[in-house]
Amino acid sequence: MIPISYSFRNLWTRRFTTFMTAGGMALVVFVFAAVLMLAAGLKKTLVETGSPDNVIVIRGSAGSEVQSGVERLQAAIVESRPEIALGADARPLLAKELVVLYSLNKRGSDKPANVVIRGVGAQSLALRPQVRLVQGRMPLPGSSEIIAGSSIARRFQGGGIGETLRFGMRNWTVVGTFDAGSTGFDSEIWGDVDQLMQAFRRPVYSSVIFRLRDRALFGRCKTAIESDPRLNLDARPETKYYSDQSEAMATFLRILGVALTVIFSLGAMIGATITMYAAVANRVGEIGTLRAIGFQRRSILGAFLLEALFLGFIGGVAGLFLASFMQLVTISTMNWQTFSELAFSFTLTPEIVVKSLLFSVVMGFVGGVIPAIRAARMNIVEALRES
Amino acid sequence: MTDVSDATVTPIVRLRSVSKSYRRGGQIVPVLEEISFDIAQGEFLALMGPSGSGKSTLLNLIAGIDKVDSGAILVGGVDITSLSETELASWRGLNVGFIFQFYNLIPVLTAFENVELPLLLTSLSRRERREHVAMALRIVGLADRMDHRPGQLSGGQQQRVAIARAVVTDPTILVADEPTGDLDRRSAEEILHLMERLNRESGKTVIMVTHDPRAAEQARTIRHLEKGFLTDVAA
Repeated sequence: MIPISYSFRNLWTRRFTTFMTAGGMALVVFVFAAVLMLAAGLKKTLVETGSPDNVIVIRGSAGSEVQSGVERLQAAIVESRPEIALGADARPLLAKELVVLYSLNKRGSDKPANVVIRGVGAQSLALRPQVRLVQGRMPLPGSSEIIAGSSIARRFQGGGIGETLRFGMRNWTVVGTFDAGSTGFDSEIWGDVDQLMQAFRRPVYSSVIFRLRDRALFGRCKTAIESDPRLNLDARPETKYYSDQSEAMATFLRILGVALTVIFSLGAMIGATITMYAAVANRVGEIGTLRAIGFQRRSILGAFLLEALFLGFIGGVAGLFLASFMQLVTISTMNWQTFSELAFSFTLTPEIVVKSLLFSVVMGFVGGVIPAIRAARMNIVEALRES
Repeated sequence: MTDVSDATVTPIVRLRSVSKSYRRGGQIVPVLEEISFDIAQGEFLALMGPSGSGKSTLLNLIAGIDKVDSGAILVGGVDITSLSETELASWRGLNVGFIFQFYNLIPVLTAFENVELPLLLTSLSRRERREHVAMALRIVGLADRMDHRPGQLSGGQQQRVAIARAVVTDPTILVADEPTGDLDRRSAEEILHLMERLNRESGKTVIMVTHDPRAAEQARTIRHLEKGFLTDVAA
């Protein structure tokens, strides 16, 4: 075989052309990786919002808490299930919650966006260990006090501690802010569930969330709830519930991303083809010499293909390097499943790294294959004559 | 110089009724017609003739980089006209050392790596390859330049690297197409001297195409080609 250094050094010798072509590929890989990172970030945010031990119960046909309604009586029946774990106070680790969407103005721009206002119970915080009160205190039961997720506190008018928000015909004072890591709760406002039900004139809860004594009991619990004729409810592990919520959006992002990247990659592949054609044209004499001294056509094909693959790989690494900086960016968008604002970060996963590098190498291959075949098929005498 | 065409030494190359033509603009142009002659083992042959006489074509056919229209060429007892493209490439790697007018070194590889290239087609180990390359570079007097790229060497030095590359596999024949055509007089003399030494001391069979009568003087036999025919035998 022709030494690998031959292919690599030729790229280095033509470094300006190499970097321009690899740069084009890097931009495509950047878009490709960024969109996948967006989808992964969204999924991670929503999936991490759920806890594997928790079960969420909503109305049978409802896709999300926003569309759901659980009557007080139904909630009480669920509360009596023996599979539910008990807290330190010997009461079931269960929260009957209300979810209301409300439009608030963003800081600076005055643009309205939907946020989730969640009516929580005494056990809600215990059910979500990822949620930590970072400033202030919890709202007092029976008061018009609320706490805001750090993302809300930062980005929405009146969301900061000590500030007041007006909704449900009342003024609500923010008495604390909580950090929910990178989960969806970070984009929520929490208040006393009974107060919020009254303010929003809601006679029913949106969901019931509880922790299982043992994860293995889920099947039994689900069957019991879903087959009870008094209940028209659906029980799902909380992680699955949030994963389902992210699916439509993540799929949309992936399709959009792949469609965009395919179009861009055509340009990059044409660029690679032109570069590799120029590489072959400039080295006709070398090809003739290598063939004359005994290298087979397949060796020539391999050497030029390797060069194109290197080119793609360089583009891939550069594109990923650029995309990795996107992890510093947090964006907020509408989660179409809940119609609420959701903040999340671009997340670079090992799977995205592998996919992006594979994609860049495939671009290099497709761009380089025709010029490499041309090089391999060259007539030795004619090639030597051109040297 | 002597004519060895009828020498009793075993012929290493045998050409039998070799014809070759090219298609140019829809017309068939004959280049070689019914050429038959032998080249003895250990010969230093110069092929001379005006441009277009077919001498380079003849050299290419003997070296197995071009195909005959008819006739047969036997090198070391192998009829190379019957070999497939793949077999021919392998055969060249083992049996032919090429010396080109413009050296044809790979610019991105060092002198060492250029000389090593044909050895990559053999089953030699890395250490054995290194020894062979070092020896070849010592023979051409460039052992101290092995890490230089072609661009860092003079024309004469580049041609010497090319000669090292040609002899490193210990091939059956050395073919040289105008090996001094791109060199100044002094470098040309050095190169011819080196080729003559390789022929004399190692018994390498050298077939050289040249325009230059001074270059041809180094050869032991000179053959003239004109319009595709061997015209005479010059002493």
